[in-house]
Amino acid sequence: MNSMNYGNLFAITLPETILEIVSLLVLIVDLGWLRKSAQAARMAVACWLGVLGCGGAIAWLMLHPEPVGIAGGALAASSLVAAAQIGILVLSALVLLLSVRVEFSRNPGEFVAIVLLATTGMLLVTAARDLLVIFVALELLSLSLYVLTAFAKSSAQSSEAALKYYLFGGMSAALMLFGFSYLYGLTGTTSLTGIAAALASQSVSPLLVVALVMVAAGLGFKVAAVPFHLWAPDTYQGAPAPVTALIASGSKVASFAVLIAVTGAFLPAAYAGQGASWIVVLVWMAAGSIVLGNLAALAQTSVRRLLAYSAIAHAGYMLLGIAAHTAQSGAAVLYYALTYALTTVGAFGVIALVERETGSDRFDAFAGLSRRNPLLAATMLLYLLSLAGIPPLVGFWAKFNLFASVLRSPSAGVWGLGLVALALGASAVSLYYYLQVLKRIYVAKPAQVEPIAVSSLEMATLVLIAAAVVVLGLLPSVLSGWIPLG
Amino acid sequence: MLAYTIYLSFAGALVLALWPRGRMRAARVFALAVALGGLAVGLAGFVAAGSQGAVAIADLAWVPAMGIHYTLAADGISRVLVLLTGLAAVAGILFSWNIGDKEGDRANEFFAFFLALIGGVYGVFLSVDLFLLFVFYEIAIVPKYFLIAIWGSTRREYGAMKLALYSFAGSAMVLIGLLAAYATAGSHTMNLHELAQYPFPVSFQMWAFPLVFTGFAILAGMWPFHTWAPTGHVAAPTAASMLLAGVVMKLGAYGCLRVAMTLFPHGLDPWGFSFLGIGSWRTVFALLAVIGIVYGAAVALVQNDFKFVIGYSSVSHMGLVLLGLLTLSQIGIDGAVLQMFSHGVLAGLLFATVGRIVYERTHTRDLGLLSKLQLGKAMPFAAWLFVIAGMASMGLPGFSGFVAEVQVLIGAWHAFPWFAVVAGVGIVVGVAYTWRAMQRAFFSDTPAVDSNGAAIAVPEYEPVTWAEKAGVILLAGTSLLIGLYPRLLLDAIEPAVRALPHALLMGGR
Repeated sequence: MNSMNYGNLFAITLPETILEIVSLLVLIVDLGWLRKSAQAARMAVACWLGVLGCGGAIAWLMLHPEPVGIAGGALAASSLVAAAQIGILVLSALVLLLSVRVEFSRNPGEFVAIVLLATTGMLLVTAARDLLVIFVALELLSLSLYVLTAFAKSSAQSSEAALKYYLFGGMSAALMLFGFSYLYGLTGTTSLTGIAAALASQSVSPLLVVALVMVAAGLGFKVAAVPFHLWAPDTYQGAPAPVTALIASGSKVASFAVLIAVTGAFLPAAYAGQGASWIVVLVWMAAGSIVLGNLAALAQTSVRRLLAYSAIAHAGYMLLGIAAHTAQSGAAVLYYALTYALTTVGAFGVIALVERETGSDRFDAFAGLSRRNPLLAATMLLYLLSLAGIPPLVGFWAKFNLFASVLRSPSAGVWGLGLVALALGASAVSLYYYLQVLKRIYVAKPAQVEPIAVSSLEMATLVLIAAAVVVLGLLPSVLSGWIPLG
Repeated sequence: MLAYTIYLSFAGALVLALWPRGRMRAARVFALAVALGGLAVGLAGFVAAGSQGAVAIADLAWVPAMGIHYTLAADGISRVLVLLTGLAAVAGILFSWNIGDKEGDRANEFFAFFLALIGGVYGVFLSVDLFLLFVFYEIAIVPKYFLIAIWGSTRREYGAMKLALYSFAGSAMVLIGLLAAYATAGSHTMNLHELAQYPFPVSFQMWAFPLVFTGFAILAGMWPFHTWAPTGHVAAPTAASMLLAGVVMKLGAYGCLRVAMTLFPHGLDPWGFSFLGIGSWRTVFALLAVIGIVYGAAVALVQNDFKFVIGYSSVSHMGLVLLGLLTLSQIGIDGAVLQMFSHGVLAGLLFATVGRIVYERTHTRDLGLLSKLQLGKAMPFAAWLFVIAGMASMGLPGFSGFVAEVQVLIGAWHAFPWFAVVAGVGIVVGVAYTWRAMQRAFFSDTPAVDSNGAAIAVPEYEPVTWAEKAGVILLAGTSLLIGLYPRLLLDAIEPAVRALPHALLMGGR
């Protein structure tokens, strides 16, 4: 860290800087000029400013595809990092587009500003390659999300969800910091590359095992993997819908990106025979998440909780790719995370609209949706079938790519095949609960028949996401410029 | 050219999904036109190819980085099954001509799901790239759920869910096997023929073969994984039962032959030891097929729901297909493919008679109640139709079923003499259940008296429509044509079977 090149650092963090400036701008515009304006207008202005900010950051990343190097070892810039960052920005922009007409908050400026701060946190987490930067970025992300979860101030559920999220999150952050401190003590460095080098020449010590388990707990919380998943159902259920979409999408992508980076430092040593415990931990977390997520989802009658448990299951699939630890499986996990996140944003967009109309996210609220709004129902059909992994939608492709990369990994022996079989069997189970929702939408008779009104912006956003789900499934190579396949 | 069957069906499904509200009669005319187009293309492709071997149709790089290509080709087996799909699609639409008469039938959605299913089926029969084949295979599963759950009858949501979960569990097994084969062979190709060249270790084939075979055989209604079939058939609307029995179960049998047996022929080899006289996966599956033949027939014999009789008869007939495949001989596999075609046509005809012509008029399928309705007098058309279809289905010479069954039994006689004997018994039971159902439903001598002993007049039913007649002529005519002149299909099937991998036709040695 001694020879920091500030110009380089500025170039790498320009997208984050853009977001910070826009978030301040949103506050100034909203609180300075628009305080007397109608609530809806304020929200629209704030959201559109946020979308523009994301767009600016995306433009910068697209126009500078060349890696600019690592700023003193703390931040990485590679095409994969850029792909994840662009994806995160797209997801945040979509969440903002779907928030234009939400009514849970009387503070639009603050809402959008904090969404942008959370996005900044995600971008930094994705690029971070130093324990301290990772921790600080994760905290920026987490704290923003806690605040956002509590944003529906008049809703008791929202406050409860935020408190649970905060308590679990604070605990796991403390554990992770504790683990980081041991790692620093053992290796004398905070840089991931330095740690990897140091671990390669160390034998396994009890301290290292403790450190790894602590780190696994902290990151396991972020990706909602069993047994650190307990916050997810309550938070998914209580948070305002756009916030849940953000937690389930961008935050997931960022967390998996950092998990790939962190495991990249440990797994080479682990596969060389030192510290196999780390592999064991990952494999058990994956298997537990797949089994528990899918089984618990079967019993749900609230669509949000159902998607929360399905998110746990999907995290399990992705952890398989992380444990397999090859360059391809890393890329496959990222591809999976991005496409999963995109689909989930769409699903929560539909949930938000149904809730606005019916006031509930229970199965009954979705009854007869195909008759109340056929287009909305059709988009939900595509999202849920994609989550279930039905071709030709992108979810199937992502699963195929991920599991193929796991089976190909030289380090994944018999457990690779066994767990892929488990995951595929579990996704057959998952079809049951996704079909439960679709059954309400397409088969059940609606309690009311009047159409559900959807603004053209919301509909356009949802159709755009659905189109992406289909097109990426039909032409998987479209993204291969950013994320290499195979 | 045959690829247009796929595109036409999916394009038709898309148009119907976006169909304007209200113009439902036009929607079904459109659907019929699309299905006729598919049949015409399939027929033209069949005639043009004659007895040629495999004809390449398309080969485009799809995901080059992973060696996945959009590769379509059709050999004789594919061409025959494409033709069957076209017939089943047209007949299915003709026998759903009453959908769209009422307000709120959602006829456009019905036919959109119907055509999407058909498109997926065409795709499976034409795919050479296994990734592509799997994609089409799964596309065919989802519409079935909605067709049954929305437009079905008896316990429709249960039947639909059971069918979807069985299908999806089967396809998960298939996908495990395919992924493992793909990764083992170096993950640079998903082309069936290229993968089949790869020398997979025998130990690998010994677990991959039963896994993939079972995965596909679930959809072919193999005992004991057949239970989705009767409930699904009974719950489904007529057109969907016709497709289920007519083509969807064929997807399973086709997958068994085309994927499991072609890719892992050494999975059929003897284990080297024998347990209770069973010494290979080949014997295991042949035994299950024979059990299916006898069990399906025996259960059909005691059913009271007319549609369950046909549903279990499908299990029995598909057992014959699987037995034919496992004979691993030219004549047995020829017979199996011919039986696929024949059963597809005849099961469609039977379901149409029971589900559409009888049930839509009498509103009951209970054989006890039907026996009091004097249907032989009230519905002579339906009665004679069932006589013809039932005779054809039980294997009367002159219809397609006979040629197919004889070939399968000859093949089985060489491969597993005892199983051939038992399968023959199953065919005899087939005569019994068909006879019993026919007698009770149409020609019952239960006195037509009410509770006071007064004679009941022969009830009046709405006359048979032109669409029903057209569908009947199409299906029954096809069966008769193939029965009288089986070379029409066998000329295409035989070279294709001969071209199967050598290891497969070695008789498992």
